[in-house]
Amino acid sequence: MLADAILVAAKDLRIEMRSRVTVSQVVPFAGLVLVLFGFALDANRPTLDLATSGLFWVTVLFVAIMAVQRSTAIETTDGARRALLLAGVEPGAVFMGKATAVSVQLLAVELVLTGGIVVLYDASIDEPLLLATTCIVATIAIAAAGTLMGALVAGVRARETVLPILMLPVLAPVLLGATRAFDDALGSVAVNGWSWLAMLAGFTIINIALGVLAYGVLLEET
Amino acid sequence: MGSRLSTAIRYLTRASWKPIGCASLVASAWFLIRHVRQGPRASTDSVPDVSVVRLNAVVALLGRFPALAGVDLDVSAGEVVLVQGPNGAGKSTLLRLCAGLLRLESGRAEILGLDLAESRHAVRRRVGLLGHDTALYDELTVIENLNFWASASRVDRSMVPPALDRLGVPTRLHDVAVSKLSAGQRRRVAIAGVVVRRPELWLLDEPHAGLDQMGRDLVDELVVDAAAAGATVLMASHELDRTVDLANRIVVVAGGMVVADTPKSKEGGNDAC
Amino acid sequence: MTTSMADRSTATSPRGTGSRTTQLLGIAGIIGLVALILLSFFVAPSDDDQHDAVRMIFIHVPMAMLTYVAFSLTAIGSVAWLWKRSIWWDTVAHGAAEVGVMFCGLTLFTGSIWGRPTWNTYWDWGDVRLVTTLILFLVMVGYLAVRSLDGDTDSIATRAAVIGIIGAVNMPVVNRSVTWWSSRRTLHQKSSLTDGNLEGLTLFTMMFGLLVFSIIMAWMLIHRFRISWLERQVGEGDLSEALVARRAEAKVGFDAHGRTSK
Repeated sequence: MLADAILVAAKDLRIEMRSRVTVSQVVPFAGLVLVLFGFALDANRPTLDLATSGLFWVTVLFVAIMAVQRSTAIETTDGARRALLLAGVEPGAVFMGKATAVSVQLLAVELVLTGGIVVLYDASIDEPLLLATTCIVATIAIAAAGTLMGALVAGVRARETVLPILMLPVLAPVLLGATRAFDDALGSVAVNGWSWLAMLAGFTIINIALGVLAYGVLLEET
Repeated sequence: MGSRLSTAIRYLTRASWKPIGCASLVASAWFLIRHVRQGPRASTDSVPDVSVVRLNAVVALLGRFPALAGVDLDVSAGEVVLVQGPNGAGKSTLLRLCAGLLRLESGRAEILGLDLAESRHAVRRRVGLLGHDTALYDELTVIENLNFWASASRVDRSMVPPALDRLGVPTRLHDVAVSKLSAGQRRRVAIAGVVVRRPELWLLDEPHAGLDQMGRDLVDELVVDAAAAGATVLMASHELDRTVDLANRIVVVAGGMVVADTPKSKEGGNDAC
Repeated sequence: MTTSMADRSTATSPRGTGSRTTQLLGIAGIIGLVALILLSFFVAPSDDDQHDAVRMIFIHVPMAMLTYVAFSLTAIGSVAWLWKRSIWWDTVAHGAAEVGVMFCGLTLFTGSIWGRPTWNTYWDWGDVRLVTTLILFLVMVGYLAVRSLDGDTDSIATRAAVIGIIGAVNMPVVNRSVTWWSSRRTLHQKSSLTDGNLEGLTLFTMMFGLLVFSIIMAWMLIHRFRISWLERQVGEGDLSEALVARRAEAKVGFDAHGRTSK
């Protein structure tokens, strides 16, 4: 199962590297959103400081929608879903692989975004360890839920509009937890970031479990 | 009365979601585990049957449409069966059903001696389906694509170059992205992907479509060789002049049923080896 | 019940979705509602702290409880669909989700009306239960969005069922975990029912409200179920009829094809 997951993840990442969509479109988009939020709130510096972590994660969610759409399209364009079934790959492994690939892309974007909030929003990173851990844990949760939702709407008309409607509410708790943890890591609000991180971790585990279990059911709906 | 009622209510409200939530969680987990496990746990050790495909009054739905409306078909090992019929007759659906990709609505189906209702997953690994899609990733090169599918199907990657060779895909194309190939070349790569799997049952849906003269000849050769090696071939095709000679049996499908089944005079194509 | 429904719909098309049971439920619901209004406005006492605003709980709390009942039904129906491919349960899941979304929306609505005089705000983002209920609401709106998609009914049902389960699995966890780890204040009543502060007439009125709204929900569910069931019958037709039609094609196809291939 692990080998299959790695196989799928490597395949997706290689496709992403070739198409360069993440680098040439997604990262600029993320930067743009950050700048636009800056325009919208910059008149009020304290507000921007307070809102930084929220804006960061909202941007990540936007980016995640794009990444998941891409990731789903890879399998639906030329009947690869059916071929995956015929190859006999464990659906759970496909899920893990695709979620891993999305996670890696999102983490790359988050790296750029972190630079963005430091430069543009003048954020100071008080606790780098908390920041990094939050990024990793929350990103896995987002990628897992997103990958499952992507499979859920795969092959359906109007999937581009339905995907955000499904993804965002399920990820709302992740947004909440990650934002609070970031508040602590950036020192903007006095909360206990690590306890929020614990909640996030719980969510991540649930999302992974749901995905591993349900992905096969959805993959069959080709 | 008030206190007893309020105790009851207190219990109700405090526990209201707990049993329901836990029960549905456990139930869904149980179901999903069952579902996911179904494949690997399937019995592959059943006694091998002479029949590779045995369909009995099979009804299969596409949505609510009965694409297969009661198919009876019995194909023995080593046979090359040409499946003919008008557009929309259910030929592709029949092949997909044999590949274990469809749910049986009613009837019985055994593929490679496995009950399709129970062991769809095990069937899938042992057949090779060439459909209308090529299932190739545009951004990856020819060799990367086939390596991926080989690994996913648990086949050694060293099988890939010979298979490409077999289909006449020149070495210079191995490292070219699939998106840059012509439709015919792409089709050849897809067929090579089926060859790599060395299936026991070949399910070829319009294998000649989009190929040039040489490519069509190569496909014919493949079919002959596969049958000679003891594999069974089910082939849907409109290329009658070509395939009629290849096949040792012609099955006509119409309206989701087998309406004619003609064995060719040259008996025992499977004894050729 | 399943078969009789099917028989009736194919034999003689029914004029409506009512029956003796739903008529009784409907009448009981109307009478109960009137009685509930009278009880809550004229009989039940006003609260020491909340004054007349307390009367909102006669609607708010039953609605909230029934929301959970409805969504649990959706979850159970979803599991049953995935497990047994039970169309009956799938229809129940769909109907319960629609009714549940409505009840959930009303819970949020009545809650925010109540919040204005009591908390001095319609909406408080720091309140855990408020936020989690909203998330549940949005997830189930997503469920309905998937239901409304074009496509093969069974495939849509499977996709929706996964969301139904995700909603049910996520919600208790959200609720619990946020409560466990939240260091923030929460405005919400701990639980009006369990802290034992409710007594006598107030409690009775609320329980009566629960009964009334349960009846109304049952009435809605039955009607909604029957409508979906009939929709399915009309939309998909009878499988045996479809098979006959499909097999008729076989004859035509054979005549045409037999001639060309011979």
